[in-house]
Amino acid sequence: MAGLNQEDRARELGMVSEQLSGRTQQVFFQPEEADNLLYPWAPDVDYNKRAELDVADLTTTEVNREIKRLMSDGYGTIVIHNPRGKHSLGVGILNRLNLIFEGSLGYFGVGLIDGPNVRINGRVGWSCGENMMSGTILIEKNAGSTFGAALRGGDLVCRGSVGSRTGIDMKGGTILVGGDTGAFSGFMMQRGRMVVCGNAGKNLGDSMYDGTIYIGGEIRDLGVDAVPAELTDLDKAWLTRKLKLYDMLPEKGVDHFTKIVAGKQLWNYDNLEPAEKKLIL
Amino acid sequence: MCGIAGLIHRGSSSDVGFEMTAMLQALKHRGPDSTGFAVYGQPSPGDYIMRFKLAEQEDMASGYDIGEKIAARETEVQKRLGILGATINDQQVATAYARRYVISHEGDMEKLSRYVEDVEGVEILSMGSALELIKDLGDAALVSEQYGLGSFNGTHGIGHTRMATESDVDIRSAHPYWAFPYNDVSVVHNGQITNYWLMRRELERKGNRFVSDCDSELLAVYTAVNLANGATLEDSLKASIKEIDGVFTYLVATKDELGMAKDTMAAKPLVLYESDDMIAMASEEVAIRAILPQEIDTTDPYDEEIRVWRA
Repeated sequence: MAGLNQEDRARELGMVSEQLSGRTQQVFFQPEEADNLLYPWAPDVDYNKRAELDVADLTTTEVNREIKRLMSDGYGTIVIHNPRGKHSLGVGILNRLNLIFEGSLGYFGVGLIDGPNVRINGRVGWSCGENMMSGTILIEKNAGSTFGAALRGGDLVCRGSVGSRTGIDMKGGTILVGGDTGAFSGFMMQRGRMVVCGNAGKNLGDSMYDGTIYIGGEIRDLGVDAVPAELTDLDKAWLTRKLKLYDMLPEKGVDHFTKIVAGKQLWNYDNLEPAEKKLIL
Repeated sequence: MCGIAGLIHRGSSSDVGFEMTAMLQALKHRGPDSTGFAVYGQPSPGDYIMRFKLAEQEDMASGYDIGEKIAARETEVQKRLGILGATINDQQVATAYARRYVISHEGDMEKLSRYVEDVEGVEILSMGSALELIKDLGDAALVSEQYGLGSFNGTHGIGHTRMATESDVDIRSAHPYWAFPYNDVSVVHNGQITNYWLMRRELERKGNRFVSDCDSELLAVYTAVNLANGATLEDSLKASIKEIDGVFTYLVATKDELGMAKDTMAAKPLVLYESDDMIAMASEEVAIRAILPQEIDTTDPYDEEIRVWRA
């Protein structure tokens, strides 16, 4: 593996390294154009400017408006107290921010975000991090179903267990789970990586198009067209690095993980031209 | 969508009426059409609490003589209870069209229930020694206030906020459902049952009663029949995972138990909180947090999971 070039290593990992083209790539993802990594209207926040907010008596709309107002005033670290399971908190944040929830969130927590680093010292309900594009979300307790649905980028991390259909339709990014995951996890997954340190429920990776799933515990059964693959040295190195980053590396390491990829008997995007593939994904 | 909630106190009683009202009010956004409660107090041996309605809420605006009709129906109910040897120990007017009777009866309760329900416009909402079933149109706060539920003290309860999808917006189609022949059983459900008509016909052919066209009622009848045939609540919940088709999460309560079952697809939500003193569960955590504002540890039951707790 060490002797392989980057493209071959990527292929070994089950990824495709075609050169994507189009406005999105050119405008937002050219590293040398740092300015383009931020939205033009993104507020310039200072991480050292900290605000604390008790939201026990506020509605979801009021909380989200208040976060927006604080960001526009330059606050880069916002701590939310007493969220008490409210839905849709912290959604749609498209800039850098340290957002800390001291408590649990309901449905659709911090969905549709692009950039912030979020820490939730509690649990989350269904669809946390849905359609997240970049940034990190770290959850200290458990999470509900459809965790990271349609995830596109960033790291979505849950130290506890998560519900069913984790990473359904995910298109990129990384999901890390410290405990177990329920049935139909990785259903119709298209890109990205999912790591579960515990067990996985039935129909894991059902109808997945692409992407990689790593399971540390037992797999109840695999879904249609999900197949085991060899856990390479590169996989192990990546798993170790990623899990260490969030202090979730199991004591016995990562050698015991099972790698699951798409068999590509249902769909094979590799047969498509890159432009066609991009349209679909 | 619909929202369901339940709680059970272990070895003690509490303000279950108030707690269930708070939980269901927090779930109002999941369905504002109707709200129902099944709450359980201390069983009174020998006595049965009969909750029944004499008309639908919408009937109250349908004619000048509805008041007279309701009075006549109530007189007929009282007469029929007397004919079959039941004694009315207490009677209360819950609303203009709903009543709560405490009766004594040593005969066949199913026969008594069928005879009472044979009166036009009359439907028994619940019959049992510990169960009080209340359901009506409106949100939890409104229904609870109408029926004076806030002061109810008991061990456990289940409830439902309904978004009507496939059946009418009326009391008949509201949850929870009770079913005879098993007294004290009640069911709330979130989901859709796809083999409803097949199973309903099968149960009807065996003489079981259905009062609505709501698929959730099937779960009440199904459970009541299983329990009457000697199955435990755990047996019944386990069997339902295989025999009931569709997506569902449902809660069942008996006079001293509370159970839950989640279908094979795990498509309908339930959040569960367990402590030494109480167990609370709801479609969303926000309902549990309505009675437990402090930070708590909760979990989501997985597919095909069933649980039963005793009061």
